[in-house]
Amino acid sequence: MSTSPLCEQVVIVGNGMAAAKFCEELAAQAPDRFALTVIGAEPHLAYNRVLLSSLLAGEVGADDLVLKDAGWWASRGIELKLGTPVAAIDTAARQVRLADGSVLPYGKLVLATGSSAIRLPLPGMELPGVMTFRDMADVEALLAAARPGTRAVVIGGGLLGLEAATGLAGAGAQTAIIHLADRLMERQLDAPAAALLRQAVEARGIAVHLEAATLAIEGDGRVEGLRLADGRLLPADLVVVACGVRPNAELARAAGIGCGRGILIDDHLATDAPDIFAIGECAEHRGQVYGLVEPAYEQARVLARRLAGKGAAYAGSVLATNLKVSGVHVFSAGDFLGAEGTQEMVLADPGLGLYRRLVLRRDGDATRLVGAVLFGDTADGLFYLDLMRSGRDIGATRAALAFGRAYLAPDAFLDSLPEAA
Amino acid sequence: MNAPVPHPLADAAALPATPAPVKTTCPYCGVGCGVLARPDGTGGAGIAGDPAHPANRGRLCSKGSALGETLGLSTRLLEPMLRLDGELVPASWDAALGAIADAFRRTIEAHGPDSVALYLSGQLLTEDYYAANKLAKGFLGTANVDTNSRLCMASSVAGHKRAFGSDTVPGVYADLDEADLVVLVGSNAAWCHPILFRHLEAARERRGTKLVVIDPRRTASAEEADLFLPVAPGMDSVLFAGLLAHLAEAGALDEGYVAAHTSGFEAALAGARALAPDVATVAARTGVPAADIARFYALFAATERSVTCYSQGVNQSAQGTDKVGAIINCHLATGRIGRPGMGPFSLTGQPNAMGGREVGGLANQLAAHMGFSPEEVDRVRRFWGAPNMATREGLKAVDMMAAVGEGRIKALWVLGTNPAVSLPRADEVREALSRLDFLAVSDNVRANDTLACRPHVLLPALAWGEKDGTVTNSERRISRQRAFLDPPGEARPDWWALAQLGRRLGHADAFHWRSAAEIFREHAALSAFENDGTRDFDIGGLAGLDDAAFDAMAPQQWPVRMPGDGGETRFFAEGGFFTPDRRARFIVPADPAPAAGVDDAFPLVLNTGRIRDQWHTMTRTGLSPRLGGHLPAPFVEMHPADARALGIAAGDLVRLASPQGAAVLEARIGDGPRPGEVFAPIHWSDANAAGARVNALVAGATDPFSGQPESKATPVRAEKVAARFRGFLLARESQSPPAALWWARVAVEGGEGWLIADDAGPLAWRARMASLFAPFERSEFLDVEGGTYRAAAYDGEGRLAALLSIGPAASAPDWAAVKDLLNAGGLGAAERRAVLAGRMAGAASGCGALVCSCFGVPADPIRALIEAEPGADVARIGAVLKAGTNCGSCVPELKRLLAAAPLPA
Repeated sequence: MSTSPLCEQVVIVGNGMAAAKFCEELAAQAPDRFALTVIGAEPHLAYNRVLLSSLLAGEVGADDLVLKDAGWWASRGIELKLGTPVAAIDTAARQVRLADGSVLPYGKLVLATGSSAIRLPLPGMELPGVMTFRDMADVEALLAAARPGTRAVVIGGGLLGLEAATGLAGAGAQTAIIHLADRLMERQLDAPAAALLRQAVEARGIAVHLEAATLAIEGDGRVEGLRLADGRLLPADLVVVACGVRPNAELARAAGIGCGRGILIDDHLATDAPDIFAIGECAEHRGQVYGLVEPAYEQARVLARRLAGKGAAYAGSVLATNLKVSGVHVFSAGDFLGAEGTQEMVLADPGLGLYRRLVLRRDGDATRLVGAVLFGDTADGLFYLDLMRSGRDIGATRAALAFGRAYLAPDAFLDSLPEAA
Repeated sequence: MNAPVPHPLADAAALPATPAPVKTTCPYCGVGCGVLARPDGTGGAGIAGDPAHPANRGRLCSKGSALGETLGLSTRLLEPMLRLDGELVPASWDAALGAIADAFRRTIEAHGPDSVALYLSGQLLTEDYYAANKLAKGFLGTANVDTNSRLCMASSVAGHKRAFGSDTVPGVYADLDEADLVVLVGSNAAWCHPILFRHLEAARERRGTKLVVIDPRRTASAEEADLFLPVAPGMDSVLFAGLLAHLAEAGALDEGYVAAHTSGFEAALAGARALAPDVATVAARTGVPAADIARFYALFAATERSVTCYSQGVNQSAQGTDKVGAIINCHLATGRIGRPGMGPFSLTGQPNAMGGREVGGLANQLAAHMGFSPEEVDRVRRFWGAPNMATREGLKAVDMMAAVGEGRIKALWVLGTNPAVSLPRADEVREALSRLDFLAVSDNVRANDTLACRPHVLLPALAWGEKDGTVTNSERRISRQRAFLDPPGEARPDWWALAQLGRRLGHADAFHWRSAAEIFREHAALSAFENDGTRDFDIGGLAGLDDAAFDAMAPQQWPVRMPGDGGETRFFAEGGFFTPDRRARFIVPADPAPAAGVDDAFPLVLNTGRIRDQWHTMTRTGLSPRLGGHLPAPFVEMHPADARALGIAAGDLVRLASPQGAAVLEARIGDGPRPGEVFAPIHWSDANAAGARVNALVAGATDPFSGQPESKATPVRAEKVAARFRGFLLARESQSPPAALWWARVAVEGGEGWLIADDAGPLAWRARMASLFAPFERSEFLDVEGGTYRAAAYDGEGRLAALLSIGPAASAPDWAAVKDLLNAGGLGAAERRAVLAGRMAGAASGCGALVCSCFGVPADPIRALIEAEPGADVARIGAVLKAGTNCGSCVPELKRLLAAAPLPA
């Protein structure tokens, strides 16, 4: 990659996983054609956010999270401006202004600003000891606060909350999850899988309170407990709010770029402003805001191909969740609950902690896989995801499909092996 | 799990050296193989072929090899039962025998001796048979003693008596070793007499013996033949009439023999020429290509050492006796009888059909190959000291059951057989038996279709391994069946029960026996009594055996006229027939016509028979997992053209119906049967399948001479039964039959299996599984719309307790990969997944159907070997996988697999 003024300037706002993937793809697709600058609010090199819970649990070190070391960025001539958030975008002047006052022109601007943890509008939320779990700084704070004997309550039994709770428990904290819905990960799991997950989480010493609404955080100058709507008080030294994320779209919105919940993009990842694109969790595509890394990577790949002059379009992602914390494997994808008109197959061996539900849709003579929940053994998750994405007719393999790829005839779907699965 | 494991006791070398095994005789077919049994001390026994027995020289077939798997007591009747106030309750032998004595005495007093009857079995020992025959014909005063041998070889008996004046099998097994041509007529010896077929194969290898098979069906034996003549049902006598005419034309007659030792040749030849004037006529009547007929005739004419073996295809026919006559004619005309490597040879179906014939255990025989002439009746009366001699023939099986149905027979004692399954019009027979004033049944199982006919008394009989006495095989060889297990429970010998009845009826002196040996001596003495060479059957030389000599008696052929007789026992090489003029009689067979013809309503002809690995109604072979693996479900085999016309695919359920009854069977499609004909095995009953009683369809038209019913040519129709779901249940603990439209039970390793067809789908079966196996940890796979439900139940140790698999009929679940898992111990996670998947991870399919029962080798490893070694042959398969190296009855299937493999490039 060259810094020659002849090269078109591509500025990437955000230094998360989407940004790193985009740089990697673009450098590979069109070497020496663009001058890339990455602007990051966090002071760290781009890191793998998925591993934050492992970091919290002490299973990995901070260095293990780094996606590309400094030499990688340098060797591709990518300029990194870390610890300096962007303050504003001037679409007319085609430049961005950084928090330190400096100004950077762009030929193309890629917004990869990610998302932020939602903080609940509840009394006591401002008390010291109330934390979120979103970035490296959060993990450092949690590690500082959590030690054996610490009483921690995680608000939210979704993916993020479970990762936080597992990490805290792994760090020795006496941990509880409170969750508003009647089952854990209700957006990713059906009831049987969620029940198995609850068993597995509880087996790790984490208390699970379902259908539990938080009324307030209580404490005198510091968190002392969490008051539930039913009146119970859960004593706590630490409260982690993991109730979801919100796309970081304020910068774009302030610049007059079209936004809904996130920054609105079309199938070319383009916003309504010229030469401005958005990818990852800050973007909203066809009404969908993705909170997972896979769609962000897909978007990054498509955008890199487009900027490299190769035709590509993004038609949305089949959602897949792959949760793997402390030995609990959960996968879900697509319409796993089964909308009207779908069919389902269920494989369950409670004695082994194994559960699989595949959701099918008849389409003329064809039968297509449209959703899946796997619990206990998720090795076939990407295989199923690939079948969903390809829309292949699975009719001939129906009776064996739930048992996994190994149980299919050796030549079934031979031409649709997931890449690098 | 599916690797072929040699049966540890399948060969003698594998037996431990001590203690010395008990020498006994196989209880299955008429080959009468010697068996070495070594009890294991826990009710079982190691089994091996007896190298010293002349019939088998150490070999055993798949059924014989599996005898050790059939010795359990789980299905046994172990105490007498008596019906009181409508319920069968345990009773003492004294009470049970008293009830039979009272019933027989009262019935005879009120209705005369012909109102009572005994129905016996070719499974009984000669001593049991002798006791029954003596009791009925000498002391009850009725000849209503018949046996399931009537269904088996009565036409051979009648044919022998017509031609020879006696029921004599002229040849010996060694003739098969020394023949240059063997003709199998109506005999699938490869499956039904496998050890004899091995003799034949050895002779083919050694001396190039030619094999001709005459059968309507392309059987495993036909596959092996040099020449196969697919004869139209019932037309065998036309074929052999044509042969006789050809022999005359070709100058192949032995005019000296004909002149010296026979009568009626000219009439027979004229009759043959009328029936079969030329090969074209024979071809038209038999449906066999003229060129093949000509080849057969030329081969027979040119081959001095020719043996013609015949079995049920000849006997079970409304023209059976004529067929036997037409065959014997050809041997008499060429003088090919009673000399090494030649002769007509009846292969009997049962282990002791011959022994039954020897004592006279048929309604049209008196005793010891004597009939009902006044002199013979008087002779036997004097020998027995009998007060109530029967003076005329009794009712043969079919007529006997008709008399039961009409109320003329009011009290019946059935010993060792299952007439509610095996007789023609089996449904009517079942009804008739159920209406008897008095029915007693001696058996060794607690439940079968006959025991479901509301008997008044059940008597627990001894089973093979417990019984002690003699049996006679197809070559007149008397062998000992010896006990090697203690009698279980209250079970007693049948002869003992019969003698007890005799004593209770006031004939203590005539029924004083204390052992089988005593009965045998009496039987031997009767055979010699006033014989002086006038009767073929004479074992007077054995009448003086003491108990120790009887115990030690080696297998030997009759006649044994004097102590120490032995050696050459062939009959009739120099004439010496047992007719009044000592000449054999040529017979003129009638123009054959089927007893019932096909029509639009019943357009197919049903042929029935045996399969390789089952025996009769499966009360014994059905206990063996290995034997259940070959052909697990009751089936009907049909020609592809018929199947296509009826819209029937392989594996579909088919309802076969005749005017007499119906059965539901699984379709197998192949070119075994001729177009327009179907084949169904006889083994399944209500005890092991839902509505698969094939003899319910059979009409029961009988041969005019033998009274043997026609079982192989019943007009039927076939229609597909649309069951929506198929599947199976495997269970370690015995289950009641599943509440399904159709089922068949199969012994499997470690438990039992049920093949299932039903219209109820996954959710119904899920509920059944939940209630049947509620206490067990269960895993399951449910796909309601896909029509699939599978569930496994595990015990506390993680061992498989039950496995259910239900799927759409069009893709019925296959149990090959999981069938043996009940015995597998605790299963790991991958295996538990495989259990529900019905296959091993990475496997292209299950392991295929069992081919070699002896060593448990399924089809897939054989195919894999053939693929891996393009030059492989049967010997190579045997060397690597052991398949085919024991009984050899799977060798035809191995050859088929070899033939199906692509040719090496």
